[in-house]
Amino acid sequence: MTAPLGPLSWILLWPIIGIAFIFLTPKDKISWIRWIANIMVFLSFALALEVFFSYDRTAGGYQFIDKIPWVKPLGISYHVGVDGINSVLVLLQAFCSLAGILVTRSIKERVKEYYILYLMLIIGVYGVFLSLDLFFLYFFYEMAVMPVYLLIGVWGSTDKEYATMKLTLYLTGGAVLALIALLALYAGTGLGTFDLVAIQQHLAANPLSPQLQNWIFPVIVVGFGVIVTLWPFYTWSPVGYAAAPTSVSMLHAGVLKKLGAYAILRLGIQLMPQAAQIWMPWVATLAVLNILYCGLISLTQKDMKFILGYSSCSHMGYILLGLACLNTIGLNGVVFLIFAHGIMAALGFALVGAFYDQTHTRNLDDLGGLAKRMPFVATCFTMAAMASAGLPGFANFIAEVMILLGAWDKYRWQAILAVLGIVVTAVYMLKAVRLVFHGPLPAKWTHVTDAKTIFQRLPYALLILVLLAVGFWPSLILRNIEVGTKPILEQLEHQSTGTPVHQAKR
Amino acid sequence: MVIVALPWMILFSPLAACVLITLFFLRSRVMSAGLAIASILISFAATAAVFFQLRNNSLINAFEQSFAWIRMGPLAIDFGAILDPLSVLMLLVVTGVGSAIFIYSLGYMKDDPSFPRFFACLALFAFSMIGIVLANNFIQLFMFWELVGLSSYLLIGFWYEKPSAADAGVKAFVVNRVADFGFLCGIILLWSASDLGAGRSFLFSHLSAVVPHLDKELLHWITLLIFCGVVGKSAQVPLHVWLPDAMEGPTPVSALIHAATMVAAGIYLLCRVFFLFEAMPQALSVVAHIGAITAFLAATLAVAENDIKKILAYSTVSQLGYMVMALGLGGNIAGMYHLTTHAFFKALLFLGAGSVIYALHHKQNIWEMGGLLKSMPVTGGTFLIGTLALCGIFPLSGFWSKDEILLLAASHNTLLYWIGTFTAGLTAFYMGRVLWIAFLGEKHSSPHPVRESPAVMTFPLIFLAILSVIGGFLGIPHFLRAAEHAEFNFNVAIFSTFVAVSGLLISYLVYGKRPRHDPLEKKLGPVYLLLKNKYFFDSLYRWYVEEVQQRAAGLFYLVEKYVIVRLGIHGITWTAKGSGRILRYLQTGAVQIYALIFVLGVTYLFFRLGGMR
Repeated sequence: MTAPLGPLSWILLWPIIGIAFIFLTPKDKISWIRWIANIMVFLSFALALEVFFSYDRTAGGYQFIDKIPWVKPLGISYHVGVDGINSVLVLLQAFCSLAGILVTRSIKERVKEYYILYLMLIIGVYGVFLSLDLFFLYFFYEMAVMPVYLLIGVWGSTDKEYATMKLTLYLTGGAVLALIALLALYAGTGLGTFDLVAIQQHLAANPLSPQLQNWIFPVIVVGFGVIVTLWPFYTWSPVGYAAAPTSVSMLHAGVLKKLGAYAILRLGIQLMPQAAQIWMPWVATLAVLNILYCGLISLTQKDMKFILGYSSCSHMGYILLGLACLNTIGLNGVVFLIFAHGIMAALGFALVGAFYDQTHTRNLDDLGGLAKRMPFVATCFTMAAMASAGLPGFANFIAEVMILLGAWDKYRWQAILAVLGIVVTAVYMLKAVRLVFHGPLPAKWTHVTDAKTIFQRLPYALLILVLLAVGFWPSLILRNIEVGTKPILEQLEHQSTGTPVHQAKR
Repeated sequence: MVIVALPWMILFSPLAACVLITLFFLRSRVMSAGLAIASILISFAATAAVFFQLRNNSLINAFEQSFAWIRMGPLAIDFGAILDPLSVLMLLVVTGVGSAIFIYSLGYMKDDPSFPRFFACLALFAFSMIGIVLANNFIQLFMFWELVGLSSYLLIGFWYEKPSAADAGVKAFVVNRVADFGFLCGIILLWSASDLGAGRSFLFSHLSAVVPHLDKELLHWITLLIFCGVVGKSAQVPLHVWLPDAMEGPTPVSALIHAATMVAAGIYLLCRVFFLFEAMPQALSVVAHIGAITAFLAATLAVAENDIKKILAYSTVSQLGYMVMALGLGGNIAGMYHLTTHAFFKALLFLGAGSVIYALHHKQNIWEMGGLLKSMPVTGGTFLIGTLALCGIFPLSGFWSKDEILLLAASHNTLLYWIGTFTAGLTAFYMGRVLWIAFLGEKHSSPHPVRESPAVMTFPLIFLAILSVIGGFLGIPHFLRAAEHAEFNFNVAIFSTFVAVSGLLISYLVYGKRPRHDPLEKKLGPVYLLLKNKYFFDSLYRWYVEEVQQRAAGLFYLVEKYVIVRLGIHGITWTAKGSGRILRYLQTGAVQIYALIFVLGVTYLFFRLGGMR
């Protein structure tokens, strides 16, 4: 295998090179370390953009493939590639990681270690979305989870020991379940390969027996459901986000969490469509619990990050509901919402960090009137709140409407309750804006300053720009998503009618 | 044809102004105001151009453009523009009255430090409102429907340092969201039923062809759900509570958004989708009764209010009730007619009130005013014209449009006719009260001399006053192609004029001598208390939010804390305690070591497994 590495491998390699450089940099050269990290993440970002825009929609399938066999007896190979769905998810990670690394400027202690771990987190998340090999997918996933343990434990706030332990145990617990399911899949196909493309092709022609599907599928849903905070496995998330440093919350809530939904779609629904038809109605009901239950709890919270944390659990309900639709509008809506919510969540956490760095409190009762001192941050936060509440013009609106339309025929009552969730979101988000930014300015906050320089404003402006661009021009990402979901939908259609698709397209 | 580009020019010129101001001119007073006013004038001019094309060429009954916005499998969402008499009339109102109010704001907001932000928000509002009017499908309409909600929120809470203003903004947004819950469900339900072989659609043109084939029961639900949206946006009982609070916003905002245009969007929506309601007598009857109840209740509330803007706000609610009632009685033309004249005279009244508030340094209580007609002749005179138009005095515009509604009621539903007529009397009474107390009588002692407002504010007043006078002679029903234009009925006209005049006379008897306190307070007793408490709607909602919703949420949180967390995590943590202890020894705090261990582990794994090759 002497083929030169393609752009996808370089997306992973730049941050690795960055880690190596930072290792070699003395730890008091903080600005060097910063520049190295920022540049490397920017290079990955640029490559991700290039991949997204040059993805050939008419050809479809997996593209930009790099494949290097590694452990031949076990059928493990380094295999990366993107289809329409992944191209959008990689784009999401590109934007969130760039905004995240820019926000990391606010870290003042143990800067070198922080950047190293943060780059590892970035590599891990990219890796998950790029891997076409189950072994590597799992490896990158663990690579993303482990640094978070340290990032929260060392640089975190509120209850950080408890939070990081809880988060890591939950995610690892979910991962173990997922691992069992993946191994069962590996054994079930009898191919002796971890290669996802090969497994997909094989299962498209020869589906697993219904009995086998019927137990592997729920294990996958629960295992990865923990990550996407399927009710009732969500409690790690608000606590974890509250404790995590800003840039970690951004990547975690923005991107890592969505990995669960991606895995359920890619490994659950696509590989076992028959079991999906049986099990997903249960998920639809749990999804409504996510939306309303977590939404209502968000109403009772006083800590801004807990509000955002529960809010993101609540919004995961829409993603789960969309997954349960198993139809064109619903599944496309899911990927769209993964993207939209990811950007919005990263933006929300970034902005909380913007005032928390100065006020050192996130308690709604202590804050107030900050808009007077930080109009830029206040405006951005209002926009994030509105995006979260599904205001048209932002990408989230289209995604949520698509999911509601997709769910309407199959899950009428769940869809109606999900519409109600939009009202609840508006209530707690506006309440947060009201209590943090509006009202008279207390004397103790007169020292707070706004984001002033271009560098300070860039991460927020970038994310808002993406939300608006996609909100006004949805086909920008929808075209890629459609190409990506097409084979999954074909699978669903054929296997539910009992006729397997022969030889899925590469 | 030129007309192709015009709707987009009308729609996007305010958006361009908003974006430019937000990005570049948040510190420039001249540029921000200039851009915003120029943009609305461009929209107005383009609308006028469309209007003349439409009027001269009677062949073009409706002109529609549509672009594919989202096409994905079975989902088709368009973005388009309809130009027909209905939308052009509404556009004329929005951009015409809007222009007057934008210019007026130059004077009213002169001293405000956030002047540029104000104009950015106004331009955003104009864009959103024009979007509603032009929309040719439900999703597009709903999008702009939400966007006007946003601009309303931003403008009500414009002075966000003031807690009451910030709260009012939130209240308006949330109440509208509650209503939109029903509206969105209605839209989706209609969409899901709209497939007659050619696929589902949100387009009005498609839906109007589908409606005759729909199941009546289903259509009944759809119409009621869509009406929910109207109840919220047009402040009908029981969701009217946000509009009086919305008066916390600057007065030009109250005039433009919360009197003339945005709150009328509900009426416009009903007219636009009247094809859904036409064949549904039961739904129409619900609409008519909600409208009548709103008209009556709001008029009574105006009687006990002392804040000049809130009196006008209740009056707006009440007049919107008239319009909704007209639509419920099948009179979409009459409803639109009243919407138009009401936009003229209510915008005039609000701007007049704003002029007074400006002159009195933000005093809004009518009992602290007096003799304003003498000290502010232009404001006072135009306010008088607006009042008479609102009361429906011949031959001002309000007379003609209100008359059409009452005529409609008289021929369809006697009960509603009497409610409408009695409300007309109440209207004259509470407006007479404002006149006698604030504008006539002797001057109130004031530390500052009260002066007439500058020309930039009085010019829009005069413009709107002229429209309020001649609004009845502009041939609006004719323009709307009223086929069954009701014959003028002398009995109804005479009687309603008699009622209005008596309302004014009674208010003279009560307030003509300028008492120091409201004499009604004693005379009405418990009824007055009921009015002061606004029929306890607000208290009821507050009770629901605090006692029911917040408690339910609190209960959920307890369940979360003591059941889910306990069972879930503690189960895991106990089993993991052992490993936790070991980890604790490792937790020396030196992150390099963690990183090193991690990297070593990975490398080990890599070579170990790689060696198996």
